[in-house]
Amino acid sequence: MPTLTIDGKQVTVKDGTSVFEAARQSEISIPHFCYHPKLTIAGNCRMCLVDIEKMPKPAISCNTVATEGMVVHTKTEKVQALQKNVLEFILINHPIDCPVCDQAGECRLQEYYMDYTLTESKFREEKVHKPKKVDLGPLVMLDDERCILCTRCVRFCDEISKTGELCITNRGDHSTLTTFPGKKLDNKYSLNTVDICPVGALTSKPFRFQCRVWFLKSTPSICTGCSTGCNININHHDGTVYRYLPRENEAVNQVWTCDEGRLSYPFINFGRLIWGMLKKEGQLVPSSPEPVLSEVVSALTRMGAENLVFVGSAYESNENNAALKKLAQGLGVTDLQYSAHQVDDPYSDDFLIKADKNPNRAGVEKLGFKPFTGGTQLKVVVALEGIGKQDLLRLKEENPMMLILLASNQSEAVEIADVVLPIAVFAEQVGTFTNFQKRVQKFEKALNPKGQTRPAYEWLGEIAKRMNLSWEVASAEAIFQEAFGMKYEDLGKEGKVLGETRDK
Amino acid sequence: MEKILTKNFELKNSHTVEVYESTGGYRSLKKLFAMQPNDVIEEVKKSGLRGRGGAGFPTGMKWSFVPQNIPKPKYLCVNADESEPGTFKDRYIMELDPHRMIEGIIICSYAIRANTAYIYIRGEFVFPKQRIDAALAEAYKKGYLGKNILGSGYDLEVYVHRGAGAYICGEETALMESLEGKRGWPRLKPPFPAVVGLFGCPTVINNVETVSALPYIMENGADAYKKFGTEKSPGTKMFSVSGHVNKPGNYELPLGYPLKKLIYEDCGGMKDGKALKAVIPGGSSVPVLTAAEAEEATLDYEGLQAKGSMLGSGGVIVMDETTDMVKALTNLAHFYSHESCGQCSPCREGTGWSHKILKRIVAGEGRQGDLDQLLAIADNMMGKTICVLADALAMPIQSYLKKFRKEFESYLCQP
Repeated sequence: MPTLTIDGKQVTVKDGTSVFEAARQSEISIPHFCYHPKLTIAGNCRMCLVDIEKMPKPAISCNTVATEGMVVHTKTEKVQALQKNVLEFILINHPIDCPVCDQAGECRLQEYYMDYTLTESKFREEKVHKPKKVDLGPLVMLDDERCILCTRCVRFCDEISKTGELCITNRGDHSTLTTFPGKKLDNKYSLNTVDICPVGALTSKPFRFQCRVWFLKSTPSICTGCSTGCNININHHDGTVYRYLPRENEAVNQVWTCDEGRLSYPFINFGRLIWGMLKKEGQLVPSSPEPVLSEVVSALTRMGAENLVFVGSAYESNENNAALKKLAQGLGVTDLQYSAHQVDDPYSDDFLIKADKNPNRAGVEKLGFKPFTGGTQLKVVVALEGIGKQDLLRLKEENPMMLILLASNQSEAVEIADVVLPIAVFAEQVGTFTNFQKRVQKFEKALNPKGQTRPAYEWLGEIAKRMNLSWEVASAEAIFQEAFGMKYEDLGKEGKVLGETRDK
Repeated sequence: MEKILTKNFELKNSHTVEVYESTGGYRSLKKLFAMQPNDVIEEVKKSGLRGRGGAGFPTGMKWSFVPQNIPKPKYLCVNADESEPGTFKDRYIMELDPHRMIEGIIICSYAIRANTAYIYIRGEFVFPKQRIDAALAEAYKKGYLGKNILGSGYDLEVYVHRGAGAYICGEETALMESLEGKRGWPRLKPPFPAVVGLFGCPTVINNVETVSALPYIMENGADAYKKFGTEKSPGTKMFSVSGHVNKPGNYELPLGYPLKKLIYEDCGGMKDGKALKAVIPGGSSVPVLTAAEAEEATLDYEGLQAKGSMLGSGGVIVMDETTDMVKALTNLAHFYSHESCGQCSPCREGTGWSHKILKRIVAGEGRQGDLDQLLAIADNMMGKTICVLADALAMPIQSYLKKFRKEFESYLCQP
């Protein structure tokens, strides 16, 4: 456990810690491009050069191990000059196309230029020209002129996705990032290379040219692509989601997320049900919520508890399922089943992608819902969004007396429903999912519910109120607290694994 | 003077095992196998032999860094990727006396307990490669290589690997990367090759000339070797002389030899009687010497350091009064920008930038401020990168501009 001094601050770190990490631990940031905490050290950008007393030359802090008594300077005039000079080298052949570059606004190079230089370039020569639009793979484009050759993406493909598609060819200032002959950057995690690219060299095909990043707001959330529950930030602007970015959670997804999950957002923007629906003369027609609610209340009042089936969803939050359960219990209904998204031949691996494409199966099971087995003939079914293919076939076959569906998007299930209440998607509300590890993780509200939509728990609370079941339209947290016996703040940063909680 | 490295060069069929044996070749092995490996290391340490590839690191000390108490195999890599402009000594050893190198390989491998050695040879060296292949076949046949060498119980396999034309692959860690089948990019240090080298195992990398000095040291002892050269730079060294002299070529000399004597006596003086202008004493990357400095310099590690340059690889490039120093530096900048591996920002960008400025100056479009910009680039490259390729251009820039600044200024557009 060496103790060293960085910029006058004493810091004690674990054996083997780099000077860079030691500085980070004492909240001293050192500029860098190639260093990434999850990748091997490349040491090529030279931006993190620092001055270490008794060392003959400036040293790169990422590859220098902290030792007892070391005295490190990261902010002196000398060090700032070193860093500025490295930055000058990196900038000389970099195109000044920030106004049309997608990275502008979240570009390391741009930020450091603002911090260190802010003067005209001394470079008077012709810049090196390289390919401007290289189609690296199905999701990633490369502008080789913008590439600063930090090799983060190369190392990602070698070390994390272990697919090894990328390499550098040529030498000197003609060095060029490319794929191996005959290969494409085509792996399940390829968009992480765009995240870790410190400049605008790698851009995401789905995101590029869609929105300037300074317009984007970022809301912490959980990916609904599968049961892993990768922590993400939803980037959105003016009611539209533009991208998901991975958010760090060492216990779940570290700092990565898969392409499939991160591109699962379009359902938030498109195909939404913004009105309720009622069946009139055999046809579903849009309706304002009031008649829909009346229809639901009257149907539920007419039927005895034994003729009601409540179907939860492995795709919906714990809160919405808990509210459904609460309504069922209030009405004395005991038939609690759940459905889940079912995918043919689902892809899975031993990293982040699970075959179960539902974010909350563990949660809905924990609440006591049983996998859907049917038995809905002549009954009224109240179901949450997310009815799987097989379950839907069975429902059609059994032809229940009435299907009351709480749905956010147009789907096959909506087509066979008799009554539809339009609900908000997860991104439009607060809630929790319980992932495959039984880890309960919270997501925040990024957007306002669209049109007439409301979170399912609100509709369910409204129905309960109208049926005089003596519970108020409660907040998501109140429902959560009642069902899980803890508050949101108890979940902490990494979420909480059930069984390790009071809930047990 | 008695020769060590080049003593067989004049003999007919000097490259064959018969001729080598007839001059006492492979005789040191008997003595070698009677010794403990550590004693061999001690003897080499005592000889004061220093690496002849350019850095001049003490050879015995390098060997002693190899950890012996770990189960991993150890390797010897012989650096035969001779690419430093102005240097052509290893090539001659491999062509004319390959068995001397092989005997040296056996000595070093035994000392560091390696059972596998690799010769990484410059791809363009087709003829030397043929000579080495033939010599290795002879050595295997004679039982100097392979299993249970000369009944000693010691095994050694030697493989030859051809480079593909990159200067940087002569840098020892890039050489290992290349040998492993990867792109020739120098590795970060630490860890050092002696601990984590080829295939992640302890590795010694020695230059051809260094290894070829070992048979003499084993056969005659460290003290005999130290009779040559100076106290701090013992032994002999090969100097490859090129440029404006009457007799360019390889010269084996005791270290400490006066550079003036080499030029004016051994090499027969300046070509066409022209005046000496400058000398690069140790391969293209070391600081240049003016005629006055060159005439006072001695060819040893300390002697050249005292003159602000380095012994380097021993590539002596002699330039007469007709040499255009601006064009000479531009040529070097072209070389180093072309050969920069492109890994570290300062080298990748700095070598290319320097070359572009120099090209512009030569084209008559030099501007006031260009020279200071060149010096700033050199300063910002020097000592800021993983390997020393950036320094290898920075040092010439600094020394050329310091010593021949007027010549550069005469090219610039006058204010």
